[in-house]
Amino acid sequence: MELFNNLIYGFSVALSLQNLIYCFIGVFLGTLIGVLPGIGPLATIAMLLPITFNVPPVSALIMLAGIYYGAQYGGSTTAILVNLPGETSAVVTCIDGHQMARQGRAGPALAIAAIGSFFAGTVTTMIIAMFGPPIAEMALKFGAPEYFSLMLLGLVMAAVLAHGDMVKALAMVAMGLMLGIVGTDVNSGMARYSFGFSELTDGIGFVVIAVGVFAVGEIVSNLGETEVHRLMTSKVTHLFPTKEDLKQSIGPIMRGTVLGSFFGVLPGTGPAIASFSSYMVEKKMARDPSRFGKGAIEGVAGPESANNADAQCKFIPTLTLGIPASAVMALMLGALTIQGIAPGPQVMTSKPDLFWGLIASMWIGNAMLVVLNLPLVGMWVQLLKIPYRWLFPSIIMFCAVGNYSINNSAMDLYLVGIMGILGYILVKLECPPAPLILGFVLGPLMEENLRRALLISRGDPTVFFTRPISLAFMIASAAILFTMIMPSIRKRKIEAYEGGGGGGP
Amino acid sequence: MKIDLRDNKDFLSGLMFIVTGVVAMVIARDYPFGSALRMGPGYFPSVLGGILVAFGVYVMLMGLRKQEKVMGNWSVRALILLPLSMFVYGFLIEHVGFIGALLALTFVSAAAGREFKLIEVLLVTIGLTVFSVGLFIYGLGLPYPLVKGVWGL
Repeated sequence: MELFNNLIYGFSVALSLQNLIYCFIGVFLGTLIGVLPGIGPLATIAMLLPITFNVPPVSALIMLAGIYYGAQYGGSTTAILVNLPGETSAVVTCIDGHQMARQGRAGPALAIAAIGSFFAGTVTTMIIAMFGPPIAEMALKFGAPEYFSLMLLGLVMAAVLAHGDMVKALAMVAMGLMLGIVGTDVNSGMARYSFGFSELTDGIGFVVIAVGVFAVGEIVSNLGETEVHRLMTSKVTHLFPTKEDLKQSIGPIMRGTVLGSFFGVLPGTGPAIASFSSYMVEKKMARDPSRFGKGAIEGVAGPESANNADAQCKFIPTLTLGIPASAVMALMLGALTIQGIAPGPQVMTSKPDLFWGLIASMWIGNAMLVVLNLPLVGMWVQLLKIPYRWLFPSIIMFCAVGNYSINNSAMDLYLVGIMGILGYILVKLECPPAPLILGFVLGPLMEENLRRALLISRGDPTVFFTRPISLAFMIASAAILFTMIMPSIRKRKIEAYEGGGGGGP
Repeated sequence: MKIDLRDNKDFLSGLMFIVTGVVAMVIARDYPFGSALRMGPGYFPSVLGGILVAFGVYVMLMGLRKQEKVMGNWSVRALILLPLSMFVYGFLIEHVGFIGALLALTFVSAAAGREFKLIEVLLVTIGLTVFSVGLFIYGLGLPYPLVKGVWGL
């Protein structure tokens, strides 16, 4: 079996001492920062990206992936213990997870979240190994029109499934595309929107926008809210779930994994939609739905599995097509580029150690997470006691030093400041920032492919509709947009997001 | 009914999109537009600017209809101080070196907190500076001069 040979090869890469250490550092740092309230995986990775620059590519990617799911998992710990979601996907975990913690069942809640995540991680590792190669092979046949249509589909999904109003999300995509235009035009060599600054002719760095909007903007917004003394469950006893708990969780974990994997491969969808839908499904299937919101273990098991499966399946479009499936994945691709590797379907054949090593390391990293989180949960709890007024200057410091170290350019820091202001305004006006980031990353790629496609077709725009694969993507985009305009489905989306009903913060 | 647009969140969002779109289109007029066959550097930004304006008008009208207000207060203090700390760091690291830049960065950002306690802010500032000099300069080996002279040092 080729699949197993590949996986064995991957494990031989991932199990080298050096990579094991980097994987561990990644998972550890990711959990450490993910546990801190108010910082999601995106800001965590953006912040820590610079420390991977001097590391060989395979190890760097393994470490970044570790930071990613470490941060994701750390966010759930905070959600359960202090009812404070690190990011939108953990909002669901807050609902029942925190109720469990208040009933003195924080241990089982944390344990079931870890077990569910581990199960989902194992399944999705296999899924990536199985479906990655055929997708990459197919992608090698993609031309400019197919790439353009696929990216359009990704952006439409990002906007349609974003939390909040669809038109605003679409406008945010357009804003992101606009920011992506800043810099030198590849075809004509003309500097666009550089306002006379030579630093801007290289374009705005991705990390600058990610850190500015997600870290600085977010912290400003946190500081604006009056500090509420949150009920914290500091005692975590009886870590292990009872037999009854396990029995109740098996179904939700399985269904969550399936849902998460499904949403995961779709480019553009954030992890929130996977965990929200899993929660909805579990609530619908439960014999006694009234238990939800009052500490039902299914409400933790399902969404946590879904969100981990989603997070990992995002690697499929990212690694096989070179298209970032989420904002976090855009950072991963950025890291690849910094390491001198051009992302795309050829990575799998030209860098098999990177592809298979990364996949194998995901499984190892997930195992480490379980080991790291369950016995050490007491330590993470202590971390939550650090007052926020000491924490946020440290985060700001990491952001500043990290950003400066990328290009050694003061301009980058000024831009982070400006993006921070923009980020805060976006939070206040309730404009979703994730579509902006995706638009920013995909913008230049889309423009390039659009131009190339029209060049090949001699200016005939029907090229997007005459090639079958491209047509399929176009039809999918149109169908999604169309269904979302229909009021009944729109209402269901709102229900899906508000399904928890007041359980959140 | 009194219509107050200053805290109407969708009206303001729409305004933001429209202004961005218009500015983008005006600037893009200086770039060759080209045709669909041979798009000039001005083609994509102009079209995009137009799309932004269209979205902006829609969102604005939605705001006038829904009249939803911005939630909570604006944290003006943090909004000024945190971006300022970034500016200060960027400027100072090129002029007075790593230590000076870090001290200023952490002091300005710590001052953005909800309550300002001078002693505590100073302790955080010094602690963080020592920590990051150790981590970044000696641990990760970033090549920044600790002190850089502007005043003939």
